[in-house]
Amino acid sequence: MKHFRSIAEAGPDAVRRLLDLADHMAEVNRRPNPKVPALRGKTVCNVFFEDSTRTRLSFETAAKRLSADTMNFSVSSSSLNKGESLRDTIETIAAMGVDAFVIRHRSTGTPWQIAQWTNASIVNAGDGWHAHPTQALLDCATIRTAFGRSDGFDGLRVAIVGDVKHSRVARSDIEAFSMLGADVTLVAPKTLLPPFTDRMPVAVTTDLDAVLSEVDVLYLLRMQTERMTEALVPDLREYTARFGLTPARVPRLADHALVMHPGPMNRGVEIAVDPAEIPGSVITQQVTNGIAVRMAVLFDLLGSGSLPEATS
Amino acid sequence: MHEYLIQGGTVIDPTGERRADVLVRDGIVAAVGEGLEPPDANVIDATGCIVAPGFVDLHTHLREPGKEEAETIETGSRAAAKGGFTCVVAMPNTDPTQDCVSVVEFVRNQGLAAGLCDVRPSGSITVGRTGTQLTPFAELAAAGVRIFTDDGSGVQDPLLMRRAFEYALDLDIVLAQHCEVARLTEGAVMHEGHCCSEFGLPGWPSIAEELMVYRDIELVRLTGAPLHILHLSTAGSVELVRRAKADGLPVTAEATPHHISLTDELLAGYSALYKVNPPLRTMSDVEAVRAGLADGTIDAIATDHAPHAPDTKERPLDQAPPGMLGLETALGVSLASLDMPIADVVAALSWNPAKIAGVDDTHGRPIAEGEPANLTVFDPNETWEVVPADLASKSKNTPYVGVQLQGRTRHTFLRGQPTVLDGAPQR
Amino acid sequence: MSHPKQVLGPDDVRRAVTRMAHEIIERNQGSVGVALIGLQRGGVWLADALGEAIDRIGHTVPVGSVDCSLYRDDIGLRPVSPGSVSDISFDVDGATIVLVDDVLYTGRTVKAALDAVTDYGRPTAVQLAVLVDRGHRELPIRPDFVGKNLPTSSDEQVVATADGVTISSGER
Repeated sequence: MKHFRSIAEAGPDAVRRLLDLADHMAEVNRRPNPKVPALRGKTVCNVFFEDSTRTRLSFETAAKRLSADTMNFSVSSSSLNKGESLRDTIETIAAMGVDAFVIRHRSTGTPWQIAQWTNASIVNAGDGWHAHPTQALLDCATIRTAFGRSDGFDGLRVAIVGDVKHSRVARSDIEAFSMLGADVTLVAPKTLLPPFTDRMPVAVTTDLDAVLSEVDVLYLLRMQTERMTEALVPDLREYTARFGLTPARVPRLADHALVMHPGPMNRGVEIAVDPAEIPGSVITQQVTNGIAVRMAVLFDLLGSGSLPEATS
Repeated sequence: MHEYLIQGGTVIDPTGERRADVLVRDGIVAAVGEGLEPPDANVIDATGCIVAPGFVDLHTHLREPGKEEAETIETGSRAAAKGGFTCVVAMPNTDPTQDCVSVVEFVRNQGLAAGLCDVRPSGSITVGRTGTQLTPFAELAAAGVRIFTDDGSGVQDPLLMRRAFEYALDLDIVLAQHCEVARLTEGAVMHEGHCCSEFGLPGWPSIAEELMVYRDIELVRLTGAPLHILHLSTAGSVELVRRAKADGLPVTAEATPHHISLTDELLAGYSALYKVNPPLRTMSDVEAVRAGLADGTIDAIATDHAPHAPDTKERPLDQAPPGMLGLETALGVSLASLDMPIADVVAALSWNPAKIAGVDDTHGRPIAEGEPANLTVFDPNETWEVVPADLASKSKNTPYVGVQLQGRTRHTFLRGQPTVLDGAPQR
Repeated sequence: MSHPKQVLGPDDVRRAVTRMAHEIIERNQGSVGVALIGLQRGGVWLADALGEAIDRIGHTVPVGSVDCSLYRDDIGLRPVSPGSVSDISFDVDGATIVLVDDVLYTGRTVKAALDAVTDYGRPTAVQLAVLVDRGHRELPIRPDFVGKNLPTSSDEQVVATADGVTISSGER
């Protein structure tokens, strides 16, 4: 694999391989000294054109645990403010010797554009509304571990609730969950859905209460408060009443059901209870697993080659 | 002045189709007939070719003044000549805007200086294309402006548009609308459909075009002033125009080569080369637009030639400017995409747009003795691929590299002088 | 590839394993502090078999496994193909670790395994047990316990399982 830019582009074989690899990385992370020499001499550059401290830290930790060197470039410290083009920025950093770029950009498609200007591998750490494939992998890893489902997600029922339209997490999760066999239901008003969902591998409903007791995984998306000004929902109180996880809804979840959220949470909006009081909350495990899957991705991109496998 | 004998071709013009040689002398067609043998003429080989009145582009962005790094009137005119065009209507979204006589005359004079095709400046409907104040229509019309448009954006204010139609009534001008209700396309990058939903790109819904097509058709019904609809792109718009024409309203429409050949699925690789406004639509829209051309609902093929410097097309998709080159590929794309008689394609490229642009006194004329020699000679069967380095346009933002096109301009004559011979620009 | 030739049968393997188990106990004067670690993937079954054989002669040793793909010196040259996750549930500090692999060849896997195991702690000693030593070492590594020395040429392939050891020649 040269790049990891979307779940669909990677395909089912790579997704399964990366999840298997993530198990190895999780074992490394449980050791007293969670560091392996795998990517010594490789340089990973985190290029973040949009603030995301947690994703950047997760990638940086992942690279360091694999002994790669890391560089960080964020827009506030950049020369983009001085009018430098995206291409010039990438070519300048690439000239310093970079094996992989981890890219976060508010514009959809930038990982594909950037790949034309460098020979380095590209990891998509989130582009516009489009894709956040390492988030989808860590979500899969979390579900897989919680349910012991390394065989796949056949028969698993997942509800993704909230602002699917603007969510790269939702798009990548839909691809990944359905690729592994889960039945995905989107729960959102039409204003928060992509304009067309009928060719997506999903069912759609506006009635959270109708699906609540049947789901194995309840995935709550972040509700960005600026959506109110775009007339996509009338107000946050009504959003929470229809689509939030309220104290009244918690007991209606199945005993085994997981509650997930990509973070950062809007307390009182999509989650109107303390996550610590939700028995099935795996929100902190998601963060922990993020490091392992990002190690898996970096190792797969930078640690693989084309020679036949060694025999001994 | 030289004499040229265009020999061995098939003439297609508004009067029909026939085998004939064409003798060009002193800027006019001196003779038409089989087996002409003038002693002193330069013989231009047209074997296997169509000899037609030069093409007229209703929709060209020449970028001068203001964005000369992307195109100049000279380079754009050269691209036009290579594409078989003898006349182009220059869109007004220059900097400064073509909203006053001085800018309009600058554009026309630059065109004359280049001498590669007739450059007919359009004027904007509103001052600075800001949608608030009408430009001096009469003064501009007196300076030769026939088409008025705020192209690049539509006139949003229905009251202002009504006034524009009413004020235009006695001036023999045409208002041309870029149909886009801006509030419905804020931030839009591509067509709103299955693809945008999957690709995670903000959508440009068909209804944003169709609402304005409908509004302006109804304003035509109310005021009686003529309307030309620019780059019509949706099946719904085609149907609205079809009904307006059936009602006898003075409405004309154009479609671009890209809207009859490319679809929104091409945005899958996130290349800004496929970002245009209006956006590439679905296959069913493409088929509806093709059908509209075939049944005459859509009068003209217009390029929306929109050069952009490479660094601007390398921006992230939402920041890259919309538009693609069109002049040099229009014929090749049209013949490759349309299942229509060649004569109908030529009509849509030549005499139909010539009438809309009001240049039908000199362009899109029958090829007959005494007529102005604005001609194109093209091989309708030549298949070819675009080589970016060979483009005459200063910019290279064409998505057709690696695509097989059919039909290529061999020679172009402007007022009897060759601007292109054997595919090579003559100045 | 030629038809595989059987070098050892199942009974031969069983006898070799039993002998190696005795040698391990003998060398270490019992089983105190001794632990077996099978190398992913081919060494895991042999470590299990040795553990059971040691069990049968009245001793008990913990058995683990290690995947050394993150320690190999050919990272970046070959496809990434994850085996099973490393499982070392005992304390490596101060232990006598017996690394176990099916076939010893260039020695590079053992070198990677040494690096991997020392990341879990500081063993008192590390020993190496292999079912087949086929030669062609590229590193200064020597086994302590060997089931069978098997001279090969480098274009041959050796497969060692509980069902026997086969050798096949020719191009792959």
